Amino acid sequence: MKVFVAEIEVMPRKEILDPQGKAIALGLANLGLEGVQEVRMGKHIQLQLQATDEAEAVQKTEAACRQLLVNAIMEDFTFQLHPQQG
Amino acid sequence: MKFAVLVFPGSNCDDDLVYVLREIMGQSVVKIWHKDHDLQGAEVVMVPGGFAYGDYLRAGAIARFSPIMREVAAHAQRGGYVWGICNGFQILTEAGLLEGALLRNLSRQYICKNIYLRTLSTQTLLTRQLDSSKAYCIPMAHGEGRYYAPMNILKKLQDQDQILFQYCEADGSVSEAANLNGSLLNIAGICNPARNVFGMMPHPERAADEMLGNTDGRLFFESLLGTLLEKV
Repeated sequence: MKVFVAEIEVMPRKEILDPQGKAIALGLANLGLEGVQEVRMGKHIQLQLQATDEAEAVQKTEAACRQLLVNAIMEDFTFQLHPQQG
Repeated sequence: MKFAVLVFPGSNCDDDLVYVLREIMGQSVVKIWHKDHDLQGAEVVMVPGGFAYGDYLRAGAIARFSPIMREVAAHAQRGGYVWGICNGFQILTEAGLLEGALLRNLSRQYICKNIYLRTLSTQTLLTRQLDSSKAYCIPMAHGEGRYYAPMNILKKLQDQDQILFQYCEADGSVSEAANLNGSLLNIAGICNPARNVFGMMPHPERAADEMLGNTDGRLFFESLLGTLLEKV
């Protein structure tokens, strides 16, 4: 068994309005920071998981995303896997 | 009529439902902890409002894995009635028992106020005795109630008459101004294709006791019970 770390990005789907992002954009504008055209906010989820190889780690991460971490109606996800260091 | 009111860690409208069903409607009610495996013969399962599991990850996302939810899905599959209110609606969509999702309100605000609802479909047990020409005054209290579904599902909801309630003005007209949370098609409540699972964001149980000055919500319970009793 090897240990992998999955770095998962969950973002609201493009066609869905993101009120949190809008609120943050407003905050940035209030700061006087110019040129921020759009803010969208999502989540970063980190999993540490055991798997025999990378293919199995991919499979487990996808299962976690599809079955719990992500609601496909409102969110998209991407992830990167790497072997745990040390 | 026997009701089960589910209780998750973070539910906070469970006792309101028990009070209305038992004290006002005179029904038999059991409270069922989410770790239980038995609905105790209840005919209607109520999924109450609140913040199950603190709304962690997404509202309703973790609650759907509670042991009792397996029984709720089986109950629904057998044609048993399930009614989710507010967080209960969110849990039922996350559990796949109802279509679509409830997103953060467009205004970014938690909205707690009396609003008006119109009944779009009277073809369910919950709505059969409601008047589709009337606007019912019902409290809403949520931060994530913006109903969303992809276009193909929205069309299906319309084609199959699954939209039960829409946010409206006091005169019953459907307007953008009345759509406080930004729901698609002003949707406040829907049912499943088999018409035995209901979900709605507003809280009829908070408007069922005369002492509170508004009993429009009681009509929803009377509709459900009246039609249930008729069936027996």
